[in-house]
Amino acid sequence: MTRAETCVVACAEAWRGDGAVLASFAGLIPHLGARLAQLTFAPDLLVTDGEATLLRDGAVEGWLPYRQVFTTVAAGTRHVMMGASQLDRFGNSNISCIGDWERPRRQLLGVRGAPGNTINHTTSYWVPRHSPRVFVDRVDMVSGIGGDRGAHEIRVVVTDLAVLDFATPDRSMRLRSTHPGVSVDEVVAATGFPLTISSSGVPVTREPTSDESALIRERLDPDGLRER
Amino acid sequence: MTVATMTEIAGEIRDGMTVGIGGWGSRRKPMALIRALVRAGRRNLTIVSYGGPDVGLLTAAGCVGRVVTGFVSLDSIPLEPHFGLARKTGEIALTEYDEGMLYWGLLAAANRLPFLPIRAGLGSDVMRVNPGLKTVRSPYDDSTELVAMPAIPLDVALIHLNRADASGNGRYLGPDPYFDDLFCLAAKRRFLSCERLLSTAELIESGPPQTLLTNRSMVDAVVETPHGAHFTSCVPDYGRDEEFQREYANTDWNTFRSRYLDGDESDYQKAVTR
Repeated sequence: MTRAETCVVACAEAWRGDGAVLASFAGLIPHLGARLAQLTFAPDLLVTDGEATLLRDGAVEGWLPYRQVFTTVAAGTRHVMMGASQLDRFGNSNISCIGDWERPRRQLLGVRGAPGNTINHTTSYWVPRHSPRVFVDRVDMVSGIGGDRGAHEIRVVVTDLAVLDFATPDRSMRLRSTHPGVSVDEVVAATGFPLTISSSGVPVTREPTSDESALIRERLDPDGLRER
Repeated sequence: MTVATMTEIAGEIRDGMTVGIGGWGSRRKPMALIRALVRAGRRNLTIVSYGGPDVGLLTAAGCVGRVVTGFVSLDSIPLEPHFGLARKTGEIALTEYDEGMLYWGLLAAANRLPFLPIRAGLGSDVMRVNPGLKTVRSPYDDSTELVAMPAIPLDVALIHLNRADASGNGRYLGPDPYFDDLFCLAAKRRFLSCERLLSTAELIESGPPQTLLTNRSMVDAVVETPHGAHFTSCVPDYGRDEEFQREYANTDWNTFRSRYLDGDESDYQKAVTR
């Protein structure tokens, strides 16, 4: 079992219980997670090839061009796992630019579909390098809205160190679990704001089952791209 | 409705116009028409686009005053270097919308409506950076507050399709129409470039009816430009030229321009297939 495989399974878990909704993702680890979830405990999920084709068990099952994706967004029948260059403790996210919007220090992608996603349907995040540069007090440009700004649901944030959620009275971020071999102190040090941490201890993120490991290694990612 | 040359089409686009560009990111962009605009030295254009290297090329060449978009990306290379630099130096203005808001703005213009209500944008900094955006409250019992997304009317639309006839009937053959039909419906003047110009009968033979994206009422002139979406993808005719896109992203603009853009489109096509 590797850290990347733990992360794939933690991403897959985000979609547990979602039923026939579109699982969208940005990045390889969430992509593997969505496909793993569809192959195991969430068989009803809709998963695309990243373009306009719907795939089930690796075979084509339908068509979903961008204009239909926007309808799916507005209908709320979608759960996306996005990336974030910055995230605050209420789950507001930034993928637009760093610095002053009028004249940014660094232009990123732009808000993309983040405003529409977060107000319409469930959103999760994948952060490949958990650091205080990502987990900040205030994001520079609110692209995806958090729980304090009317988000539909920010479900989980999966990082290379931990799984975080918003299961607190004021919907601020909580440490749900740390990955095997990661201490709570490491996560706290890598987060630029105070996290809610249960006084009764933080569980360890579950490890992949042998079936899940086999699916990841032999079927979904035989070339091991997840380890890069 | 005529078959035109690229020079004639570029000649219809004047400084300061609002130009909508079809495709998405680095996919089926009317790149030959973009190159023609760069050569023509247009200035102060407002570009409305799901942005890719179309925005980057026009920005680097100094043709752009404002970009209206939800993102600018080369897809396989996440960030567009020329757009990023122009934002950093403050050379261009930006109107930044959610992707779905851009769709709604084009849909409103296509339907001659002043606005369309949408949830996307509420609570986000899209409202902060677009202080002119207003909200609207449902007149029905739900009283929901929504963004009143204003129409985005275009002076000109530029799109590239796989097949077309001389009248402006056009067909996409890839997996996604993107929003090319909407760009045409939102614009006063509509220009369609295509990989292959066919007779109407051949066009009808070339695929199922629902992939006929444009009809004669939506297009003002057609130009045949084989490989005209290069270096973006135009599947199934060709995929993205990833190697060339990397060269574009990593090469100093003046070097790139003198290497590929100082001649005409046939010089460009020769240079990229060498």
